[in-house]
Amino acid sequence: MPVREPPPERTDMTDAVTFRGVSRHFGPVRAVDEVDLEIRDGEFFAMLGPSGSGKTTCLRLIAGFEQPTAGHIEIFGERADGVPPYLRNVNTVFQSYALFPHMNVLDNVAFGLRVKGVSRAERLKAAEEALSMVELAGYGSRRAGELSGGQRQRVALARALINKPRVLLLDEPLGALDLKLREQMQEELRKLQRALGLTFVFVTHDQEEALSMADRVAVFAEGRIQQVGSAEDIYRRPASRFVADFVGSSNVIPADFAGVGAAGQWASLRPEDITLDPAGREAVVTGRYFHGRVVKLALDVGGQALTALVAPRDDLPDAGQATRIAWDPARVHLMERGS
Amino acid sequence: MHSDNRAPLPLKLAAAGGLFFLLAPIALIFVYAFTTEEKSFQWPPPGFTLKWIGVTLNRPDVWEALFLSLRVAAISTVIALALGTLTAAAVARSRFFGRETISLLVILPIALPGIITGISLRSAFSLLEIPFSTWTIVLGHATFCIVIVYNNAVARFRRTSGALIDAAMDLGADGVQTFTLVILPNIATALLAGGMLAFALSFDEVIVTTFTAGQQTTLPIWMLEELVRPRQRPVTNVVAMAVVLVTVLPILAAYYLTRDGEHTAGAEK
Amino acid sequence: MSAISPAIFAPRSGPLSRAVDWVIRHPRMFVFLMVLPITLWLGIVYIGALIALLIQSFFSIDEYSGLIVHEFTLKTYAELFRSYNLDIIIRTVSMAAAVTLASAVIAFPIAYFAARYARGKWKALFYIGVMLPLWSSYLVKVYAWKLVLAKEGILNWLFAKLHLTWALEAALALPVVGGNSLSVSYLGTFIVFVYIWLPYMIIPVQAALERVPAPLLEAAADLGATPGQSFRMVLFPLAMPGIVAGSIFTFSLTLGDYIIPQIIGSSRLFIGQAVYTQQGTAGNIPLAAAFTVVPIVIMGLYLWGARKMGAFDAL
Repeated sequence: MPVREPPPERTDMTDAVTFRGVSRHFGPVRAVDEVDLEIRDGEFFAMLGPSGSGKTTCLRLIAGFEQPTAGHIEIFGERADGVPPYLRNVNTVFQSYALFPHMNVLDNVAFGLRVKGVSRAERLKAAEEALSMVELAGYGSRRAGELSGGQRQRVALARALINKPRVLLLDEPLGALDLKLREQMQEELRKLQRALGLTFVFVTHDQEEALSMADRVAVFAEGRIQQVGSAEDIYRRPASRFVADFVGSSNVIPADFAGVGAAGQWASLRPEDITLDPAGREAVVTGRYFHGRVVKLALDVGGQALTALVAPRDDLPDAGQATRIAWDPARVHLMERGS
Repeated sequence: MHSDNRAPLPLKLAAAGGLFFLLAPIALIFVYAFTTEEKSFQWPPPGFTLKWIGVTLNRPDVWEALFLSLRVAAISTVIALALGTLTAAAVARSRFFGRETISLLVILPIALPGIITGISLRSAFSLLEIPFSTWTIVLGHATFCIVIVYNNAVARFRRTSGALIDAAMDLGADGVQTFTLVILPNIATALLAGGMLAFALSFDEVIVTTFTAGQQTTLPIWMLEELVRPRQRPVTNVVAMAVVLVTVLPILAAYYLTRDGEHTAGAEK
Repeated sequence: MSAISPAIFAPRSGPLSRAVDWVIRHPRMFVFLMVLPITLWLGIVYIGALIALLIQSFFSIDEYSGLIVHEFTLKTYAELFRSYNLDIIIRTVSMAAAVTLASAVIAFPIAYFAARYARGKWKALFYIGVMLPLWSSYLVKVYAWKLVLAKEGILNWLFAKLHLTWALEAALALPVVGGNSLSVSYLGTFIVFVYIWLPYMIIPVQAALERVPAPLLEAAADLGATPGQSFRMVLFPLAMPGIVAGSIFTFSLTLGDYIIPQIIGSSRLFIGQAVYTQQGTAGNIPLAAAFTVVPIVIMGLYLWGARKMGAFDAL
């Protein structure tokens, strides 16, 4: 994981976005259920979770497309109850980009200024500038349909940023891009966020993306926040079985088995922390899967199933063979909740 | 569904025969408009003349019927556009109590035979002692024109990604700006197509009209009178040809308008 | 980037902006306002008129004075079951069924060819070939058939040229469906009905067929189905909702039509003509109303059945 600057220090500044007991129920469906959350000014905040976990609804609540059924949301300390999207100084980069198909790229980017009554010459100049910021200078006269996925993504970004929002919301913005482009855009988004010093709220279901980009991550499941913390926190010290499993597919094992706590408690052991050790415990390999950079070993240790990730070697045990394994008890994390 | 195989011959013949069956009678109209025969429908025509076109153009009753039909069709289309678009927007964009009922209600005037719409409106007019006028005809026509606009608009609304409306509002456009700058440009061709089809439908309607027109004569009613009691065969031939021409043009235009919009606007990936 | 701009903008002034903001803040009200006009128009004016008509079917007419007796009775409905009126109903329903069946048979190859084989220019030709007769004036189409079926017209001329006049005469000599000439026989009425409603069958069938993915047929062939079998076991069942959807139109339109049998056909009445004469010349609104209930009931049952078969998705 790349070394990066520490997240902004917590000061007595107003938070960018605050959720206070926010719920959004659709009939019997609790899309968001009693969520409390503070997103700090200037941070890159990721909302991570499987589909249907409530992360996108939270984003739509901030944007104003949805209204909470209970609780309230503050944006820079101002109550946003009932405020329609167009009165919020918050902009969104949509998952499908939502570029207006009947306008060219320049008019798309200038849209926010147009509806605010900015003169044509002025807004087109600003739109040109915004396009060069995302390295699309000269693309203004094209139609959205003539652009590649990555280019559309940049247009959507320019269209949102031209309004100088206080918070930028990004709804799975990289989901439609191929792997190479996605990695490149991750880096660019991160740079852009630092340069602008703007609060980014980023929704994704890709845990690697969340961990590598965000200052802090909130993990969602079933409409509730499971854990909020730095990427390191979430990965090393998962609060629950769900987080341990969803972020990096950890081994969730009884604490006494792991050798760190009492019976009845649960612990998380990362697969890469298990090593092959001739002095270790006896284990039977039940499966071996070659993944390129690593090899995944399915193990059985006295009835407990474990997954290990080890570096490829010529002398790795095959499925059905016995081996010995070990782990550093310091790498085992005792979880607060077993569920 | 597409296949690269060539169609079997019997299928080709059946399809071609079907198309011939559909189009040949209409082609016949164009031949008869120029026949010199006045008293019967003789085939082949003994000769051809342009005389009857001039005669028809000088017939005030034809012109009056034409103008009434155009007026009714125009008003009905405007009403249908307003109501059809509003309803389509509500049904396509939100879930509410009674949504299914409304989508069924809209289809009812064309699902039920026209005669039922006609007679029930007529008996309602007589119960409420409403005298026949252009507006009684319009009332009947707009009722079944709504569904045409509704169908076109609802399909386009469904294809227009909801994210576009969200995006417009997110960028600061209020309800009115969102409608004029984003929604309207995206549904305009569908509305134009729906409007033209509604116009053609109203222009042509006869079954409901016979119940709601009273003594007024629209062009189709003029035609009907000629069909039941032929008096002016050559003039009827010319009017029939004119009516085909008037309806063909909007259909071709509507086809070209809706043809291009087949991808989902705003949801490209 | 200035961080001084407000996070939430002030509400706007002006009555229109305020009204728009208010409506957007109350989405339920917004939807209510959007569906209010249609509800008033169709729900009250149209459904109101239908109900008023239905109520009149429970009145009766005094046989001597010819005046309507405003008292609840089922007498008028009983009248529907008199043999003369029952004949009208049976005649109309049989015609509707025959027209529907014939339309389906003629429409299928056209729709199948257009959906599966036609491309580019041919696809456009098929589209226009179906849309043109669909949207052409109803009366002009009927008129065209009057030209075709006339004694001195093109069809008789054609039969004569091909030396097939005997076949036409044999068809017209058939009991019930035959008659003096095509334009005054049930056969003629049937042909015109099929012609006029055929496009209504082609369009939904073609739509249903277009939605059948080509790999499905390849899969059927791959699994060893002959072309005939894949048609019978895969394609036809998938096209069925389209046929049912089309039949809603052909059936309903035939049931309610009173102009075609009046212009081309024998003098015996169909339901539509009965309604028209009862409410017009005969002045018997209750009987006319009771007659209109027949197609409503038949179509109600029909739509209920069609819904079960999933035909509405193919519309």
